[in-house]
Amino acid sequence: MRSLRVAVAAALVVLALVLQVAVFPHVAWEGIVPNFCLLVVVAAALVRGPAFAATLGFFAGLMLDLAPPADHVAGRWALALVVVGFVAGLMRQDTRTPATTVVATVAVSSFVGTSVYALTGLVLGDAVGSTGDVFRVILVALLWDVLLTPLVLPGVMRLLARLEPASAR
Amino acid sequence: MPKTIRLPGLLRGYRPLRPGPDTFDQRADRSRLRSRMIALVLACLTLMTLDHRPGPGSPIEPARDAMGSIFGPVESATSSVVRPVTAIGDWFTSRRAMQHDIAALQSENSRLKAEQATSQYQRNQLAEFQGLTAAADTLGQALVPAHVVAYGPAQSFSRTVTIDAGSDAGVRPDETVLNDDGLVGRVLRVTPTTATVLLIVDTESVVGGRVGSSMEVGFLRGRGGLGDHGTLDLQLVDQSAAPAKGDPIVTWGSQGGAPYVSGVPIGRVRAVYASLRESTQRAVIQPYVDFGALDLVGVVVPSGTRSDRGVIEADGSLR
Repeated sequence: MRSLRVAVAAALVVLALVLQVAVFPHVAWEGIVPNFCLLVVVAAALVRGPAFAATLGFFAGLMLDLAPPADHVAGRWALALVVVGFVAGLMRQDTRTPATTVVATVAVSSFVGTSVYALTGLVLGDAVGSTGDVFRVILVALLWDVLLTPLVLPGVMRLLARLEPASAR
Repeated sequence: MPKTIRLPGLLRGYRPLRPGPDTFDQRADRSRLRSRMIALVLACLTLMTLDHRPGPGSPIEPARDAMGSIFGPVESATSSVVRPVTAIGDWFTSRRAMQHDIAALQSENSRLKAEQATSQYQRNQLAEFQGLTAAADTLGQALVPAHVVAYGPAQSFSRTVTIDAGSDAGVRPDETVLNDDGLVGRVLRVTPTTATVLLIVDTESVVGGRVGSSMEVGFLRGRGGLGDHGTLDLQLVDQSAAPAKGDPIVTWGSQGGAPYVSGVPIGRVRAVYASLRESTQRAVIQPYVDFGALDLVGVVVPSGTRSDRGVIEADGSLR
């Protein structure tokens, strides 16, 4: 069961990454695409809590950092998604998560994730762009993520909940 | 139902009602979460330290190559599935036909370049401009055609794309990438089947440029523009020279044609700003290439390069 969980989580992250870099750029607004990897991490956080989500966030971020066409310092998205997994995991509830909580968690996570990524860029001297651009990117990315939430989160959360260990039911 | 303990500080928002796989209502669980978080954050920091200067010298580079070899084909496959939907016009066009397309586009490009050179601004520079084009031809440049299969998200604040031609197709790092409109960027790294291209609009991209009308040289820096048409900043070496609005900019070219071959059109001057204090001129360049809609591109390779696909030679023939 554990290996199945890991396999499903890995498959979700790979699918998210491919959607993000190869499919959605065709409908991107100024190059900004929905952050599917972040959505998967948030879904995992709401279903399984901070420890699992932070670990998943690390590996999802690592893929974003290393898979082409990434060309920034490796570890930046990893750190951003570890933070997202932890923060979103704190919102986990054991009853059914209300839709408003899910949307709010995605909005906060998207803001935190992109901001942490931008901040590490500033600290490491990686290219970031002007402050105005950074805020525009953060806001548009947030809108994208919230917009995609009703389409992505329910399915992913149901799938992950199904794979939850029986002891937790 | 286990007893619920109020957690201090950061964990306060978390109120477990039933035991889940990650409930931290017990001290041991909380310390386990803490140590896992510390381990993950340390792992991220270690990665950043190791990869502080991304590039050929970085210890993370083998991991990047490995991920490129795995994800490159996945991206190519996905893109080839998506492309018919995004480009209905190309639906029935086979790859062979696309190679003819690029040849046709190239010849159209040279015709347009000639037209451009005869416009009012550059009529007196016609000879030089044609000379540049001819010089590019005599360098013996051949083009490997490739499709853009993946875009780096703008959230990453860098403008890079993946193309579906790699070392098997004869592509090497530091080769010029262009399309029928003009200069696209340069190859950063290659895997057997894909290559990562740094677009000229990226803030870390610097291209040597030449003003077509005055032959002045300067450096073009990307501004990381988000729009379909990001802009470039041009700073001329001769600071007293001022480019005129509408002047075309072509690449200056580097020794041995790496990373940029000379004479590739980049864009035209959209606005010129003079800084009195620094007594320099800064021109904003509008690139010819629409970076939001990149599809078919060509990688400049030395003539006679062995490739797994048809190579367009300098004279427009397919090999």
